[in-house]
Amino acid sequence: MWKRFRSNMGAMIGVVLLISVIVIALIAPLIFSDGPWQMVQRPFLAPFAVDGLPLGTDTLGRNVAAQLAYGARVSLLVGLVSTVVALLIGVPLGALAGFYGGYVDEGAMRFTEFFQTIPNFALAIVLVAIFEPTLTSITIAIAIVSWPPVARLVRAEVMSVRTREFVDAARLAGLSKPRILIQQVLPNTVSPIIVMASLMVATAILLESSLSFLGLGDPNSMSWGYMIGAARTVIRTSWWLSFFPGIAIVITVLALNLIGEGLNDAFNPHLSRKGKA
Amino acid sequence: MSATLTIERLTIGLPEGADRPFAVENVSFDIDKGQILCVVGESGSGKSMTANALMGLLPQGVEVKSGRAMFEARDVLRLPEVEKQALRGAQIAMIFQEPMTALNPLMRIGDQISEVFAAHGLYTQSERRKRALDLVREVGLPDPEKIIRAYPFQLSGGQRQRAMIAMALALEPKLLIADEPTTALDVTTQAQILKLILDLRKKRGMAVMFITHDFGVVAEIADQVIVMREGKVVERGDAASVLHNPQHDYTKRLLDAIPTGKLPDARKLSDTPALEIKNLRKTFRTGGGLFKPVREVHAVDDVSLTVARGEVLGLVGESGSGKSTLGRTAVRLVTPDGGHVMVGGVDLAALSEEELRRQRNKVQMVFQDPYASLNPRQRIMSALTDGPINRGVPKEKAQAKAKELLEIVGLGADAAMRYPHEFSGGQRQRIGIARALAMEPELIIADEAVSALDVSIQAQVLDLLRDLRERLSLSILFITHDLRVAAQLCDRIAVMQKGKLVEIGRVDEIFLSPKQDYTRQLLAAVPGADWAQTEEVPA
Repeated sequence: MWKRFRSNMGAMIGVVLLISVIVIALIAPLIFSDGPWQMVQRPFLAPFAVDGLPLGTDTLGRNVAAQLAYGARVSLLVGLVSTVVALLIGVPLGALAGFYGGYVDEGAMRFTEFFQTIPNFALAIVLVAIFEPTLTSITIAIAIVSWPPVARLVRAEVMSVRTREFVDAARLAGLSKPRILIQQVLPNTVSPIIVMASLMVATAILLESSLSFLGLGDPNSMSWGYMIGAARTVIRTSWWLSFFPGIAIVITVLALNLIGEGLNDAFNPHLSRKGKA
Repeated sequence: MSATLTIERLTIGLPEGADRPFAVENVSFDIDKGQILCVVGESGSGKSMTANALMGLLPQGVEVKSGRAMFEARDVLRLPEVEKQALRGAQIAMIFQEPMTALNPLMRIGDQISEVFAAHGLYTQSERRKRALDLVREVGLPDPEKIIRAYPFQLSGGQRQRAMIAMALALEPKLLIADEPTTALDVTTQAQILKLILDLRKKRGMAVMFITHDFGVVAEIADQVIVMREGKVVERGDAASVLHNPQHDYTKRLLDAIPTGKLPDARKLSDTPALEIKNLRKTFRTGGGLFKPVREVHAVDDVSLTVARGEVLGLVGESGSGKSTLGRTAVRLVTPDGGHVMVGGVDLAALSEEELRRQRNKVQMVFQDPYASLNPRQRIMSALTDGPINRGVPKEKAQAKAKELLEIVGLGADAAMRYPHEFSGGQRQRIGIARALAMEPELIIADEAVSALDVSIQAQVLDLLRDLRERLSLSILFITHDLRVAAQLCDRIAVMQKGKLVEIGRVDEIFLSPKQDYTRQLLAAVPGADWAQTEEVPA
C-alpha cells in the first residue's frame, strides 16, 4: 500500500507541500512572536521593499508573512476538525442505513436528502449568521453542510460488503448484528472513507475562506479568507495583499487533492494501473 | 491435410515482478483444418495467454518475445494493427467463458450479430439482418425471429453462449478459438454446446482451438490434446493416447485428480439423524407493482430429507434448482416460509433471532468462493475464534483449538497469525473448513465448496473432507452441480430440479439404476461419461 503510494509522484509532492504548510503553521509563534495583528511598519509596503518584511504590509501596516503563517493554523484546524465532525455524523448514519436497510435506511436517507437539497454554502452562511461567528461555530457549520456525501458513500460501501460471504460466516458464528457491523463490515469500508476525508479537508478549507471573505469569519482569528476579503477594496493598488493568501489556499487545497488522489490509487491499484496481468 | 495454424516456439513475456518471467515459453503446435485441438491446463498455466496473443488481445505489459504464429502464410503476431483487425472476426474468431459479459447488454442480439458484418463493411442493412437470422437458426436458438430482437439479459446462459457462437461464425472463420466456453454453464447445457461445436466443425470444416481445464470435456470433443503447465507444453498427442496412456507425471496427476465417477463402497449408516428437513418451503417474490404481477419463484418446494449422523449427503442440481437456497435455509441464513429444520431436537426454522444466535453453532457452512468468504482485514486466528469465544469458550482454549484445527486441515498452526490474502484458493477453503469445525457443529453444509478450485486442488480438499468424515464422524450436506464430485465423497445423493426433490438414493443406485428421467439426463450430460465408464469397469 505504502509502496504504491510512494511511487506516485503527484501524491509525494502533495505530502511535501502539506508538511511544509503544517510546519509553518506550527512554528508561526516562534518566527513571528508579535502575532499577526501587530502593526510593524507603515501600510501598503510592497514585498521586499523593507528588510524583514518579505511579503510587505497590509492596509494597517501589519506583516503579511505573519498573517499568512497564523492563517495557516486556522485553515488547517478548521479543515481537519470539521472533517472529523462530519465523519462522526456521516459514518454512523450511513453504516446504520446500509446495514439494517428497510425503515432505518428510508428514514436516514430522507434525513440526508433534506440536507442535500439545500445548497452547501447558503446553509453554512445561515448557520454562521444565526450563531456567533466564532471558530467553533464555523467549524460546526462546515461539518453540518459536508456530512451528507459521507453518509451516502458509507451506506453504499456497507451495502456491498454486507452481501459478502464472510458476513454470512460471521452470522453463522452467532455474532450479534452490531458486532458484525463494527468488526466485520466497517473495517472493509475504511479505504474509500479515508480518500474522501482527505478531499473533504480541502473543501472545508475553501468553505472557511469563503465565509471569512464574506466577513463571516471569527473576528478574533486571522485567516486566509479574511485577508483576501480585507484586501478586496485595494486589489488594484496592492495586489500582494490578496495574491499571497490566494496562493496559500491554492497550494494547500492542491496538496490535499493530490494526496487524496494518491490514496485512491494506492487503495484501488486495479483502477489506476491496468494490465498488471 | 494442411495446417490452418502453425505456432512455432511462441514465448510471451510477463512484466517484471510477476511470479515467473514468461507466461508462455517455447510453445509450438499445429491445428489442421477441421481439427479440434484441446489446450488443457490449470489456472495460470498460460493457456488463455496463448489464445489472447493470437487475437492480439494481450493485456498491457505482456508481450510476445519471440516465436511465430503462421496463419495462411502470414505471421499473425507481427501483422500491423489494421490487418489484424481485418483478420479478427473474419478469419479467426473467438468465444469467451462468460457470455453475459462478452455481449453488450444494451444491444439486441440481432444487432450484435449484424455489427460483425458492418465492422467488416459487408452487405446491406437488410441482408445483414437476414444473415443474422440464418445464423441464429444455425446455432439452434429457439424462435429465431424473437431471439434477434431480444436483449442478452433475456436469454439463459446457454442461449447467450449460442448467440456468441453465432457472432463468431458470422464471417465463416477458418479458426475458432474457444476459451473455456462451457465452464460457466450447467452440465446439460454444456453437453448441448459441445455438440453444437462438433456439428459446426463437421459442417464448416473449421479448425477449433478449445481451451479447457476439464479432461471430461477433452474426452468429449478433442482430436489432439496439448497439456500445459506453467507456460510450457508438458504433453501432446491425440486424444485417445493422452487420455488412456498419459506419459508425463503432471498429466497423470491431473487425470487421477479428476473425479471419475468411481463409486465408493457403501458404508453402514447410523440411524440417528443429524438433520431432518420436513416439508420445507421457500418462495421468492420479486417485482410486483401497479401494473405488473408479482413474480414468484418456488425456490424450495415442499422438500423433505434427512442426513444421518456421520453421513455425507450430496445435493445435486443445475443452477436455479434451489439447492443453494435449501442449504441456506438449513443454516437459517434464509428464513423458510414453512416446514421444519430439525437439528439435534431443535427446530432451527422456528427459533427467534435471539435464540437462534445461541443455537447457531449446531449447523455450520463452508462457502463457495474462497476469496469472499474470509474477511480480508481479519487475522485467521480471530476468524476461527470469534464464534467460540462468543459462545463463552475461554480465549486460551479457543486459540489452542484453532491451532489444532489448522493442523488438522493441513495448514500448520503458524497460519493463525496471518491474513487471508497470504493464502491460495485451496488453502483458504481449508481455513473455511477449519472455521466451520471450530464451532463444533452437528452438521456442516458445504455449498459448492470445491467448485471454484482447480482439479488437483479440488482432489486435495475432497481428500481432506473424506478424511475428516472418518476421523470426526462428520455429517455433511454437500451441495454441488458436479455429479462426478458428488460420487467421490457422498454416501447418498439427492437430486433437485426446480425446487423439488426428484430422487434420493445411495450413490450406486443413482449412478447405476436411476429411476427418474431427469437423473438420467444429468448423468448422460456429464462430460466424458463414456470414457470414465470404460476406465471403471474392466471388461
